[in-house]
Amino acid sequence: MKIMASGIAALALSAVALPIAIVAAPREGGEGLRPASSFATIGDPTQRSVAIFEEMGKVLQSPRCVNCHPRTDRPLQGDDQRPHDPPVTRGPDGHGAAGLECSTCHGPANVAFANGEGSVPGNPQWHLAPIEMAWEGKSLAQICEQIKDPARNGGKSLDQIVEHNAHDSLVGWGWNPGAGRTPAPGTQAEFGALTRAWVDSGAHCPAG
Amino acid sequence: MATEFTLNGASASFDGDPDTPLLWVLRDHLGLTGTKYGCGIAQCGACTVHLDGKNRRSCVTPVSTVAGRSVTTIEGVSGPEAEAVQSAWVAIDVPQCGFCQSGQVMSAVGLLKARPRPSDDDIDAGMAGNICRCATYVRIRQAIKDAAEAMEG
Repeated sequence: MKIMASGIAALALSAVALPIAIVAAPREGGEGLRPASSFATIGDPTQRSVAIFEEMGKVLQSPRCVNCHPRTDRPLQGDDQRPHDPPVTRGPDGHGAAGLECSTCHGPANVAFANGEGSVPGNPQWHLAPIEMAWEGKSLAQICEQIKDPARNGGKSLDQIVEHNAHDSLVGWGWNPGAGRTPAPGTQAEFGALTRAWVDSGAHCPAG
Repeated sequence: MATEFTLNGASASFDGDPDTPLLWVLRDHLGLTGTKYGCGIAQCGACTVHLDGKNRRSCVTPVSTVAGRSVTTIEGVSGPEAEAVQSAWVAIDVPQCGFCQSGQVMSAVGLLKARPRPSDDDIDAGMAGNICRCATYVRIRQAIKDAAEAMEG
């Protein structure tokens, strides 16, 4: 009887808790992004462009992006952006040191740990951004200028940056980071659309 | 469908869940227990094998990802780097408890294949993912340098 009573109590509790859980659940992709179209109400093109970039900044400054755009030779990891463990280094080409390449642990896809919670992230292109593309510790204005500078963006034109943000597979990993990591805000398609709108509005940067 | 791959130069097959970690397959299904389970989350390096000649942590390697590829374990590693490492390890008695050593040896061989004359910094960087709780790091580094010298000489 006592067991039945506790079971009924648990059922009643779950009936209360379930709707709360549904309401509290974050949308897929974690925090959302405003759609590019919502910035059309800003009449001044420069202000509109800056506002769009600030929205893009939610992605650019998320741990999913910054962790592999470190200012040192060691990446960060996790939502708390702690130094990568094991203490790997970028190596000559961003793919790790000889003998401890990124591919020593990171495969073509995320892999859930077989013995508990969490996962090791993976993507066929897994590597660190070059040091000239370091974002860690920089303001959004500095990141913006850096992204526009072909000397610090891998020689990309603005159109190529749109393409990169909208379709690059490793960028896209940010929205599918595996168990234990919060996805980048919104979706890659929304991020790509924002980048397109930012470029089309003049690719202006926030004030320093 | 079974996963077919090459293991230590011979054909191997695993007819089970394709997400099974390679380490589990090696140890529990194919009986190769030289590769050790340390942490299961790619933090310690005890499970290091070579995948197409490069270091790879087998505990986070779904067996499906090695289909059609070549896996080498401590039981099958060979060649000048492996021989030099083995001799150097024996010469100065590198291991203490020994549990991590198959992973250390595999990583050292992989390092020497990629960097035949490694500097101290190269060794520190290349071996940073292999933990030894007996702290034999100084002897490991010396043995790698000795192996590199032996290969050159």
